[in-house]
Amino acid sequence: MASVFDQERAAMSAARVDLLLISQMVERGARVLDVGCGDGELLRLLAETRDVDARGIELSQRGVNDCVAKGLFVVQGDADTDLVDYPDDAFDYVILSQTLQATRQPRRVLEQMLRIGRRAIVSFPNFGHWRIRWQLATKGRMPVTKNLSYSWYDTPNIHFCTIRDFVALTEEIDARIERAVALDSAGASVGVSAPWWVWNMFGEQAVFVLERGRKG
Amino acid sequence: MSSFAAADDVRLREVHAPQSEVAHFGPDQPLQMDAGVNLAPFTIAYQTYGALNAAKSNAVLICHALTGDQHVANVHPVTGKPGWWEIMVGPGRPIDTDRYFVICSNVLGGCMGTTGPASINPATGRPWGLDLPVVTIRDMVRAQAMLIDRLGIDQLFCVVGGSMGGMQVLQWAASYPQRVFSALPIAAAARHSSQNIAFHEVGRQAVMADPDWRGGRYFDHGVRPLKGLSVARMAAHITYLSDEALQRKFGRKLQNRAAPTFSFDADFQIESYLRHQGSSFVERFDANSYLYVTRAMDYFDIAEDYGSLASAFKGTKTRFCVVSFTSDWLFPTSESRAVVHALNAGGAPVSFVEVETDKGHDAFLLDEPDLFAAMRGFLDSAARARGLMGAR
Repeated sequence: MASVFDQERAAMSAARVDLLLISQMVERGARVLDVGCGDGELLRLLAETRDVDARGIELSQRGVNDCVAKGLFVVQGDADTDLVDYPDDAFDYVILSQTLQATRQPRRVLEQMLRIGRRAIVSFPNFGHWRIRWQLATKGRMPVTKNLSYSWYDTPNIHFCTIRDFVALTEEIDARIERAVALDSAGASVGVSAPWWVWNMFGEQAVFVLERGRKG
Repeated sequence: MSSFAAADDVRLREVHAPQSEVAHFGPDQPLQMDAGVNLAPFTIAYQTYGALNAAKSNAVLICHALTGDQHVANVHPVTGKPGWWEIMVGPGRPIDTDRYFVICSNVLGGCMGTTGPASINPATGRPWGLDLPVVTIRDMVRAQAMLIDRLGIDQLFCVVGGSMGGMQVLQWAASYPQRVFSALPIAAAARHSSQNIAFHEVGRQAVMADPDWRGGRYFDHGVRPLKGLSVARMAAHITYLSDEALQRKFGRKLQNRAAPTFSFDADFQIESYLRHQGSSFVERFDANSYLYVTRAMDYFDIAEDYGSLASAFKGTKTRFCVVSFTSDWLFPTSESRAVVHALNAGGAPVSFVEVETDKGHDAFLLDEPDLFAAMRGFLDSAARARGLMGAR
């Protein structure tokens, strides 16, 4: 088991723990759409280690061109506007990795993801982490951390949320949480059986696997 | 005048007895045209590069643009210039002739050896002129499919082309999805827009307004509508470039003079450049062919033919890479995006690259690093999927 993990880690050009975690949540041979796939790091990891039918959408042309040059199937597009073009149930997994907070309409994007995919996997930075709360409380300034290094005026991240906010949104859109993982600043999982408030305090980022609820 | 006449002899030789491979199709193999006519006999002139592998799985069909021809990667027999896509096609190039068997045929309606209005109508022994049925993009592709049959190739590894060539790529994917493993339409569209039809109509009217056009029977009078065809080319050439590129290259610079002459000479460099484009074009191209091939583009509308763009590509297994250019206002990115949306809706594997350049529509013929990187990435991954990597 350790050797598979090492092999997968070696396949990544830069170790982003959430990507590795996400890749392990996807079964072999699945149809996957990565929304906001950047330079294709996760898609390549999925294609090489999980043999998935990997597709991507990326806003930046630079990212798209890099992906296509790597032989990945990626189109230039916008998570906010272009998911409506995909048919229902087109994918087994629709992934939104570290992009939710940069969308204009996060709720709409999540709803679309759950329409076109059987499952949605969402990873995002937790704005409820104690370090962020501490900065805001003590300095009275918008927090700037190692992972969230933008100043308030030039950040692409316009819709930050906390883990508890996200859980509340899943209830509002009638999504079922199949699995959730919170990662601390070292990339280790926060205690699996810990209550939400512990995750919300100590999770620096979170990864959720969602399914459509009964009504959906 | 005599050198022009000599060049015209070479041009006519290429119409009737081209320095290319030629496939003849007799009365037993008519081409069923959209105009409702069975064309027979007819001829396709084509070039090949590289070698077909034993499995016949490495064939790449290149579809040429409006005024292109089959001479992709060899010296042009009329102009003596290098092939129109030599930077893209050859050993070690993105379309690698060490790996692929590359085919390019002159389109139906053309004037480089494939049957067109300058070819001899067997019923009269004289050139077809306007008696040739009007040709469509689908007719061109049907004719190419008959050539591919003749070459014994079941499935093409890739069909690739820019502009009108890209239209043919899309038509191939719609008409023969099982015969196209991968498709690479560049600077193309699934239909010709109103504006594009308008530009073509200006060009055709310029040809037909030339007194030497003689109702399309100029060859019976020993003349050619050179002025009209030249003006058509000048007008069209502007649409292949961009305002920004023209400004950068020519600006308001004067041609070999210090001050304007207060006349209608070609004072400006851009005027001189366009005149040169016009006069060199008429040396190698037939005026009636220009009418036929522009008309074929005008009639092109895949959504109209199939009910919708999505249904044209429904259930396709073909791998697509769609490419557009930011400064192309003739076939703008929005047209390529419409194709990509339709392919996505059908679940087709598709990549879409918009290359940033100020060189306009003609960028597909030029050394654009992002275009080359995308084509290499797409073709290499398709070659891996087809088991062609490292194979010859």
